[in-house]
Amino acid sequence: MTGIPLVDLQGVTRHVELPDGSTLEILRGVDLTVGPGEHVAIVGRSGTGKSTLLNILGLLDSPTSGEYLLEGEPVGRLRSRALARRRGDDFGFVFQQFNLLQGRTALENVAAPLLYARGRQFWNRTRLASQSLERVGLGERLDTRPEKLSGGEQQRVAIARALVRGPRVILADEPTGALDVETGQAIMTLLDDAASETGAALVTITHDLAIAARADRQFRLADGVLVPIHLDAPAAVAETAGLPA
Amino acid sequence: MTGFVGAIVEAWDELRIHKVRVLLALVGVACAVTAITGITAAVTMFGQAMQEQNERMSGRDTTLEAWSMGPTEGAMTAAETDAVVDAVAERHKISYHSVRATMDLAVHGGDSGTYVDWSAVDADSGTITRQDLDAGRWFTESDAERLAPVLVVNQAFLDAYAGGAPVTTHPKVVLEGESPVAATVIGVVPVQWNDEGPRAMMLFDQAVRWFPDRVMADNYRFWVPPELADRFAEVLPRDLAAAGVRFEVQQPMADAVVIDRVLQYLVLGVGGFALLLGGLGLLNIALVTVRYRIREIGIRRSFGATSGRVFFGVLMESVVATTVAGVVGVVIAVAVIKNIPIDRIFGRPLDDLPGFPFDAALVGMACAVGIGALAGLIPAIYAVRVKVIDAIRY
Repeated sequence: MTGIPLVDLQGVTRHVELPDGSTLEILRGVDLTVGPGEHVAIVGRSGTGKSTLLNILGLLDSPTSGEYLLEGEPVGRLRSRALARRRGDDFGFVFQQFNLLQGRTALENVAAPLLYARGRQFWNRTRLASQSLERVGLGERLDTRPEKLSGGEQQRVAIARALVRGPRVILADEPTGALDVETGQAIMTLLDDAASETGAALVTITHDLAIAARADRQFRLADGVLVPIHLDAPAAVAETAGLPA
Repeated sequence: MTGFVGAIVEAWDELRIHKVRVLLALVGVACAVTAITGITAAVTMFGQAMQEQNERMSGRDTTLEAWSMGPTEGAMTAAETDAVVDAVAERHKISYHSVRATMDLAVHGGDSGTYVDWSAVDADSGTITRQDLDAGRWFTESDAERLAPVLVVNQAFLDAYAGGAPVTTHPKVVLEGESPVAATVIGVVPVQWNDEGPRAMMLFDQAVRWFPDRVMADNYRFWVPPELADRFAEVLPRDLAAAGVRFEVQQPMADAVVIDRVLQYLVLGVGGFALLLGGLGLLNIALVTVRYRIREIGIRRSFGATSGRVFFGVLMESVVATTVAGVVGVVIAVAVIKNIPIDRIFGRPLDDLPGFPFDAALVGMACAVGIGALAGLIPAIYAVRVKVIDAIRY
């Protein structure tokens, strides 16, 4: 990776105070750089701080200490309004439980982030949302409500929503966690392709080694410490399936 | 710009999706706005009806009434007195003033001993006292040129002296006196009260021509601008006295206006209380809803919604909702007010039907928007305080 990284975490820690007065260390000195168009996967068991790390990356949470540079700009110096604006402009989120807005159609769900955009993106939100849904193969389901869609379709709506503002980083938190293996692979292919097409960086958090193996670089988060790992794709698939590599 | 429009769009979407909940919450607000607007309009109409009734008796707002304080030295005739009053009124540029002179005349025929309530009036008197007629017409200036007198009477007079003939047949009655004359009835006024006896009015100029000794120009009315009433009440008797006629000038009583205002405040108070109750219902539902929507608020924060935008969005939901309810309330009030059977309620149609009180509509709308803002404030503060990460996991 050359030039200024898109995302650069330097010695990031995250502590929380527990009700009994003790301190829980969730992240310990995490260093991570992600460049434009790169696909990074972070694996780890439940409760190891993966989501906290993703929230910090997506400007939803702040580190207790350490530095977070977004295109070289220290995020800690940004005020909440600027943080929200950069979150909307630069990041697209894909959640495990899809987090679609109930009662709204697929089109309305995808158009929702554009309500916080400015200029042409705001005024053309319906057209942009429609295009985004067509890109994920749901051009025929624009007016369908989430409850009428399958899990895979719902996640595709969520991906269309994450992509609609043309983010520079897509943050996917267990994007296949609620899907079967085949649908999960299809969704990851879609995410990979969409990220490649748009040149967005993709950070995937997963406990599925086969999903993680699709990334350019892999990390394991254990006890709050992030360490690089290398996953061989066939071996990872075999491990996930419980077969000898 | 896009932020504001976006918040409105978001609020409207929210209301559209939760329309049943919103409808239920807003019924109270719409009813209260209807009550405030509608009752204020009704009170305005009632006030107008009262005022018109009042004006039929004692003249328009503001009419100064001048009563003769008795003959002066070298007493003037009615015609001379009238000329003096005309001159004073003209000097003060009072466009409308009228005479109402008492008369004593006998009418040929009818039961002996029947008393006729006579008065000599002029054309302006009809304007000042909103004189409406059941049939025929009121006097005009040109009637003074007619050789024989013309009369405007009540139905009792027609029944007693003209056999109840309709006014369209131009019934005639003979007035007795030094020079008996046949007078033509040209109009019929409504009865003032049940069992009212015969009542007749003759044009003042004709009365002084035919019966100069039977007319006393003892009562005048001056229709003046309300803000100048005090000044004229002081100046007119002085000027009239200087011209040789002594009159006492009285201003109308202000009781009706005070009662009208008290009634209006009372209605606004009741409407305001109803609106407050409606607002509390809305607040209750808004609070429950915002808790239910915490996860959605978290998701919206991930889209880049600032805390200000979340606050404004939740507030706007409430404001947009109550604004819509306010509009509905005002429309209902307009529909009700426009269909009130005024004739049946007030006994007669209003001469000057007041327009729909836009002030009341504006007050109703302002209250609706205000109560929406108040009801939305607490949920909006609650929504902003929610931590984004907790909200997404909620």
